[in-house]
Amino acid sequence: MMKFARENRLTSWHIGIALTALFIGGAFGPLQKMEHVGINLYPALNNIGIQSYYQGLSLHGVLNALVWTTFFITGFFVFTVSRSWNRELRYPRLNTAALIVMTLGLVSAAVPLLGNKASVLYTFYPPLQADTFFYLGLTLVVVGSWIVGYGLYFTYGAWRKDNPGARTPFIALASLITMVMWQIATLGVAAEILFLIIPWSLGWVEGIDPQLSRTFFWFFGHPLVYFWLLPAYVSWYGMLPKQAGGKLFSEPLARLVFWLFLALSVPVGLHHQFTDPGVPAGWKVLHAVLTFSLFIPSLITAFTVVASLETGARARGGKGLIGWIGKLPWGDPSYAAQNLAMILFVFGGIGGLINASYNVNLAVHNTMWVPGHFHLTLGSAVTLSFFGILYWLLPKLSGRQLWSRKVGLWQAWAWFVGMLLMSNGLHIVGLIFSVPRRSMLGVAPYLQPEWAPFLTEAFIGAMFLAVSGILVYVNVIGTVFFARKLEKPIEMPVAEPLDPTPAPAWLDSWKPWLVGTVALILVAYGPVLFALIRDIASTSPGFKLW
Amino acid sequence: MHINRYEKFWIILSSLLLVIFAAAVATSSIAYGVQVPVPEQRVDPRLVATPGNLFGEPGLRELAPGRYEAYILSQAWSFSPREIRIPQGSTVTFYMTSRDVQHGFKLQGTNINMMVLPGQVSKLTATFDKPGTYLFMCHEYCGVGHQSMYGQLIVEG
Repeated sequence: MMKFARENRLTSWHIGIALTALFIGGAFGPLQKMEHVGINLYPALNNIGIQSYYQGLSLHGVLNALVWTTFFITGFFVFTVSRSWNRELRYPRLNTAALIVMTLGLVSAAVPLLGNKASVLYTFYPPLQADTFFYLGLTLVVVGSWIVGYGLYFTYGAWRKDNPGARTPFIALASLITMVMWQIATLGVAAEILFLIIPWSLGWVEGIDPQLSRTFFWFFGHPLVYFWLLPAYVSWYGMLPKQAGGKLFSEPLARLVFWLFLALSVPVGLHHQFTDPGVPAGWKVLHAVLTFSLFIPSLITAFTVVASLETGARARGGKGLIGWIGKLPWGDPSYAAQNLAMILFVFGGIGGLINASYNVNLAVHNTMWVPGHFHLTLGSAVTLSFFGILYWLLPKLSGRQLWSRKVGLWQAWAWFVGMLLMSNGLHIVGLIFSVPRRSMLGVAPYLQPEWAPFLTEAFIGAMFLAVSGILVYVNVIGTVFFARKLEKPIEMPVAEPLDPTPAPAWLDSWKPWLVGTVALILVAYGPVLFALIRDIASTSPGFKLW
Repeated sequence: MHINRYEKFWIILSSLLLVIFAAAVATSSIAYGVQVPVPEQRVDPRLVATPGNLFGEPGLRELAPGRYEAYILSQAWSFSPREIRIPQGSTVTFYMTSRDVQHGFKLQGTNINMMVLPGQVSKLTATFDKPGTYLFMCHEYCGVGHQSMYGQLIVEG
């Protein structure tokens, strides 16, 4: 059998499922923005079993934020880790089992979602109570993703045994750190579902404690966003400079950035709960400060990635203080999509700093500002980067050329423009008019005429996104089924370090970082969770209000 | 580990900037008396709205001239009361809870923003110097009628 045949097949399945989920989940996005300007297509969807705006919104959130991301990322990492070591998986059957568990979980969660038995949105806050299979399904997806991680760790062990003392290649290390961060983060949601939600949804206990559930959820909920983002960073640092013809500007710092994300991603979750009644102010302040420190690795990223791309542009003949930007490979859809994703992420990052601020958060918490924000981060920095990755990975996996580079470029730019318009409109209505998120605004009695221009702007943005989304699938199907065979094989782009000196050993050493991570989590979360668990009041019965 | 001169400068500058931002957030939070809800009281959501309990008779109570407390009960899909009238210059302390699922409360154009959870009482205080009608809207998904859950605070000049 050809080397990596099994890895390629696994990655293809992961990505195929991810793209299918995104197709269904994504389709609801434009419908939501149409509803907000008075074009309500939901009655027509009754025929296919979609019974409400909120059922659609639940599908949009779960399939996009949880399924598309998790399946894509785990599949991508199977690819990046094995290629980075040029080594096949140690136990490919373990990774196959992982995919099967994840898929069973997806089916188990999808059936109640599609049957309107789990219209609880992707945050599934109790005491709204979905069908038990929804929760079991999500648990299996998470457990499956853990098993993907175990498969990678075993492979790491085997590589390490053959390469004692060698530095772990950057792409493999960064992917593994992200997986480990995910395994720590998901302990929160696992505790929520296994100890609180499932016993309650099965009727074994009478009630649930909503404040404790939320706190477990956000233990997971914030690092979740870094689990989405870091695979894009793997590409921006480790691959994109190569695609631009350059080198990785400061490889040791890139490693440091990933370690900092490991340590700091979890102990910041309370910044989602500044307005929660059951959490003392002191802990909110501590998490706010830690969240600010989490911006340092992202600011380092801004410098290192741009400097790396600049090395490429100058090698391609770029000149001048900013003139080199024109020499970046803008004609390559894989490159263009990811560079545009970075530009949108600048705005997303600034908005994130505002959300994390203890005081100004009050002006925007749970308003339309928030979906405006995370469509720049998850919806753009992450998703548009993943599309960019697909533009080389799909040809690699299918052995066929990208069906159309031009369609790829149009797709990336349409996404860029669409997200700018949509998120601008959403940010403004949230900030200025306190318009709540997650609301079927078109029929809301409090809808005000002053909101119309901004909701219209968001609607126009969503139409760009709809077109862009269709172009993604046209290119995917075109590539897999209709494109010409590759003339020469493609390999994973790997950016070499500009400075070949190996990174210091402390940047390739798990123990201090893991100890630091656990210690930080214990300090930042230990007392809060201890007090909430000590005072647990399981007084809320379940409600099905949809 | 060698770090490029400009990059070192950038990292120091970014860190300083974040320290300044954090200091600005802290100073303004203290100077403007920014409040967030903190643990106030635990209640039993099954009983809290029954007669004789804390939210048995939700509504506005005058404590002293210009000083009020408003007990607002959240339930799918309404606030009770839906309308509150106070004279200009009044100080109101809002007490909120839910008797069913999670809800949210934001008073349009102000920093009064809180999650309303069953089992917990959320409390915030504000003074209203500008007359006008302030909408409050539920900002956490609470079922298919979520979009119809709102009310208004009228500050009479």
